[in-house]
Amino acid sequence: MSVAANSQEPPQPRCFQVNADDNVATALDDLGPGPVRILGMGNDRSVTCLERVALGHKLALQVIPAGEPIMKYGVPIGIATVRVEPGAWVHLHNCRSRVDERSSHLDVQTGAAKDTVYA
Amino acid sequence: MPEIQSRTWQGYLRQDGRKGIRNLILVIYTVECASFVAHAVAAGEDDVHVIGFPGCYDNGYAIRLMLALATHPNVGACLAIGLGCEYTQPAKLAEVALNSGRPSDWFYIQEHGGTRTGTARGKAAIETLRQQMRENAVPVAMTWSDLVVGAECGGSDGTSGLAGNPVVGRFYDYLVDRGGSAIFEETVEMIGLRDILLSRAASTDVATQLDATYRKAEDYCRAVRQYSVSPGNFAGGLTSIEEKSMGAFAKSGSRAIQGVLRVSQTVPHPGLWLLDSVPDGHFMQFGYTNPNDTEGIMDLISVGAHIVLFVTGRGSVIGSPVAPLIKVTGNSRTYARMSEDMDFNAGSILEGQRTLDQAAFDLMDMVGEVAGGKPSKPEALGHREYFVMYKHQDTPTLETGCRA
Repeated sequence: MSVAANSQEPPQPRCFQVNADDNVATALDDLGPGPVRILGMGNDRSVTCLERVALGHKLALQVIPAGEPIMKYGVPIGIATVRVEPGAWVHLHNCRSRVDERSSHLDVQTGAAKDTVYA
Repeated sequence: MPEIQSRTWQGYLRQDGRKGIRNLILVIYTVECASFVAHAVAAGEDDVHVIGFPGCYDNGYAIRLMLALATHPNVGACLAIGLGCEYTQPAKLAEVALNSGRPSDWFYIQEHGGTRTGTARGKAAIETLRQQMRENAVPVAMTWSDLVVGAECGGSDGTSGLAGNPVVGRFYDYLVDRGGSAIFEETVEMIGLRDILLSRAASTDVATQLDATYRKAEDYCRAVRQYSVSPGNFAGGLTSIEEKSMGAFAKSGSRAIQGVLRVSQTVPHPGLWLLDSVPDGHFMQFGYTNPNDTEGIMDLISVGAHIVLFVTGRGSVIGSPVAPLIKVTGNSRTYARMSEDMDFNAGSILEGQRTLDQAAFDLMDMVGEVAGGKPSKPEALGHREYFVMYKHQDTPTLETGCRA
């Protein structure tokens, strides 16, 4: 407590792990490269974030090999399309739905559809 | 907490035994051509709300929905307005409302000259109906066991499944434990969760109903090649429909599901219910299930919800007619940015400022206040968005065409 009170450094950014079986956590702050506290089932462990992960987005807590399920809430929410490193942003560019084919083809930043013809 | 448990407020007793938290006059138009006059009639009248159906050709689903709203416990009187050419008959709507004990009236605009004379005819009707409604009003004490609450989410982001929907789910547990009714829908946002859904069934019969409802939703999404997930959801951090589904399902809480309701069906007995708003298979394939948030909110109101909780991580500026909308966000930034529209900030859980239980009690307190007459933010702002469209449920035969 006293250390934190005297420190001039900004508080460590946070993410939230819902279930003990999860291999991803949700960012509670806008994250950049560096250590991140894992709340929830993470019990205040730390993971080193590799890149920009916006609030509400997910980062990997461990290596997830290509073809393995991405686990959140203790259930598979998709399949890794490439090997995912710990601390990496997990989204449309490296995770696909098991049912919805369209979502893998959307813009990774904005979610905008790229398959609709406007002409 | 004991204070919340025993909370009572004054409502309005209706002939069917249900109790309302508002005493509103509902104006219903029966074709798009009558919508301008219907809104002109309601303009400047705080206790007059408007809904209507745009189609000229009638549709059984839309008629059932309009009748369910005309006889909703929050409605005390009804005025149906038609143009005069359309299939849907305003006289029939007014007759059902009248037979339910509500002062009611109807007219065709074509028989009264036009825009100004039609509006004047409607304004005069409102005056008479309001007087009759007030004379007929039967004040009655209400408590949690009389209350039906609906929940919908829209504009979801990564916080919705962590904070917004879990708070609603915990409140639903409290409400059900106090004998109230809690309704959730959006079966197209349960894709990937079949086993989890079925495990919540109150009986094996209910499990069979839930299974059929789940399978229809999955067939629907496959047939229209569109899952219920939007660009804004992806931008907010949701990566797949499975992830969105788990977050959305959290608003159902943890109690046993009593059964599956169809749109416009009154809740048979208190408890937690799943509302099936997905169209049945039809000659037009399915049609659309929930083309926007407002459509789902209308479905929840149709089964008798007095209040609808709307969970939105990214923020929204809609409201609803008939039943007040309470807007909940799990995203503290959204709450700060849009606090003129957002009623409740569940994001404080993620900030560590209050526990899930505490937040759920605070939400229950807010629901109690709105039930007691305090306007929610969208209600105070005058938001009354509605959406009634062609849809096909309980289709008798395919040969009946768009009427069914």
